[in-house]
Amino acid sequence: MPDQTRIGVLALQGDFAEHIHMLELLGVPAIEVRKVEQLEEIDGLIIPGGESTTIVKLLHMFEFVDALRARVESGMALWGTCAGMIVIARELADPYPTPLDLIDINVARNYFGRQVDSFEAELYITGIEGDPMRAVFIRAPIVQSTGDSVETLAVVPAKEDGTPEQAVAVRKGRVLATSFHPELTEDTRLHALFVSLAEESRTDSTDRSPIRQTTEESPSTV
Amino acid sequence: MATSTTNGTAKGAQRWKEMSKPEVGDWRVKGGLAQMLKGGVIMDVVTPDQAKIAEDAGAVSVMALERVPSDIRRDGGVARMSDPDLISGIIDAVSIPVMAKARIGHFVEAQVLEALGVDYCDESEVLTPADDEFHIDKWQFKMPYVCGARNIGEALRRIGEGAAMIRTKGEAGTGDVVHAVTHARQILADIRAIQNAPTEELMSLARDYQAPYELVVEVARTGKLPVVNFAAGGIATPADAALLMQIGVEGVFVGSGIFKSDNPAKMAAAIVKATTHYNDPDMLAEISRGLGDAMSGIEANKIPQEQQLQTRGW
Repeated sequence: MPDQTRIGVLALQGDFAEHIHMLELLGVPAIEVRKVEQLEEIDGLIIPGGESTTIVKLLHMFEFVDALRARVESGMALWGTCAGMIVIARELADPYPTPLDLIDINVARNYFGRQVDSFEAELYITGIEGDPMRAVFIRAPIVQSTGDSVETLAVVPAKEDGTPEQAVAVRKGRVLATSFHPELTEDTRLHALFVSLAEESRTDSTDRSPIRQTTEESPSTV
Repeated sequence: MATSTTNGTAKGAQRWKEMSKPEVGDWRVKGGLAQMLKGGVIMDVVTPDQAKIAEDAGAVSVMALERVPSDIRRDGGVARMSDPDLISGIIDAVSIPVMAKARIGHFVEAQVLEALGVDYCDESEVLTPADDEFHIDKWQFKMPYVCGARNIGEALRRIGEGAAMIRTKGEAGTGDVVHAVTHARQILADIRAIQNAPTEELMSLARDYQAPYELVVEVARTGKLPVVNFAAGGIATPADAALLMQIGVEGVFVGSGIFKSDNPAKMAAAIVKATTHYNDPDMLAEISRGLGDAMSGIEANKIPQEQQLQTRGW
């Protein structure tokens, strides 16, 4: 078992380099994940911003889907930002693409409109102390509804034009999803929160690993 | 400055000052969409059906056109912005972002594209330029722009005018990647030269490159362009895409290369895969199998200078 928590950033497409930069600022080693075997080497995976349709297709093309589900079920931390949130949702408001159902949320894509309607906002987020975070919304999705025990961490308030309050950051256990792009700012607080979830995951698997070694592996490989 | 002004250049200079402040949204939101396209392939399409094929193959965006560049080259005549019905039809057909081209300097075509809800405008040398001297003042738009560049000076001039994304100006419609390679290498070499120069030489470099000084300083500080840098022009195979990615661009445009190949759906998916696994020769070998013929193409260096598209704009 490695002595440091390792984070992977899915590098099939999107702004994975920006996430890796944020993790570097926190002193946390991060790898670009392009092959499914790499999921075994990490305690937490970030699915970055990008084009959700493209990322879902590439996850299928490169046979990530089952392995990713198995790793999340065995406790690996997971965070989807923007496109990443869409990819891991249970269900989308529009029929296409089919998301991976890794957190029980229903997501509406491009909720705020097309690119010309993209914007930034100040956001208070449960679990993030101090000043609000500057949140960058780019063709952003929102969470329309959440399943049992999914916690809403942040909302965009209702607007005067009648647009109701919308959830833009949610969490269930070690799975986190955000509509916006903290990786496009200098604010590392959400990344620090995610690293703590991955640390939990590593500690868990370290606790279990002696049992795993004696029961699942032959003595010669121990 | 004591008085406020609506002059575009002054506004541009002001925007550059503001850009360094984290609270300014417009720039980060514009440049941010380009960040989301990184590691991806943007494909030229001329019908909603082609747009669907591109989306299904994993394109991150499509460029809505009436004719792909190789047909524009063949047909001659004046090439203009596409029909709004065509662009709207493509916007309705796909969920990925849609780009469209305006003629160099034709800010009214750009206004129309913005009104149509186009996600990105390509102020493109592939269309017949509308202005021999001036490019569009891109700061005046909420819609972000991608512009072509052959070297750092051209790239920084376009960014100075408000472009949120840069691409090479490889000779469009040829299927010959040589000039995309030349331009990508030139831009990266210029960046290295700026990065290695002592600060007192930066003003002279800005003069030599005919580039805004503030942007030269920014390149010296960061060692990269202030916006995303893609390759475009002549890319026709998965290996072409991976070549440009290994040279150091952040994604690729494929124009005629897909829908002028034998099997567009297969070629499109293969180029998408190669752009992700650009650094993995075993994967690239697998990806390159059984694609049928790439577009036939013309050797770009045999095209007389006055017929080259890349020399349009400055």
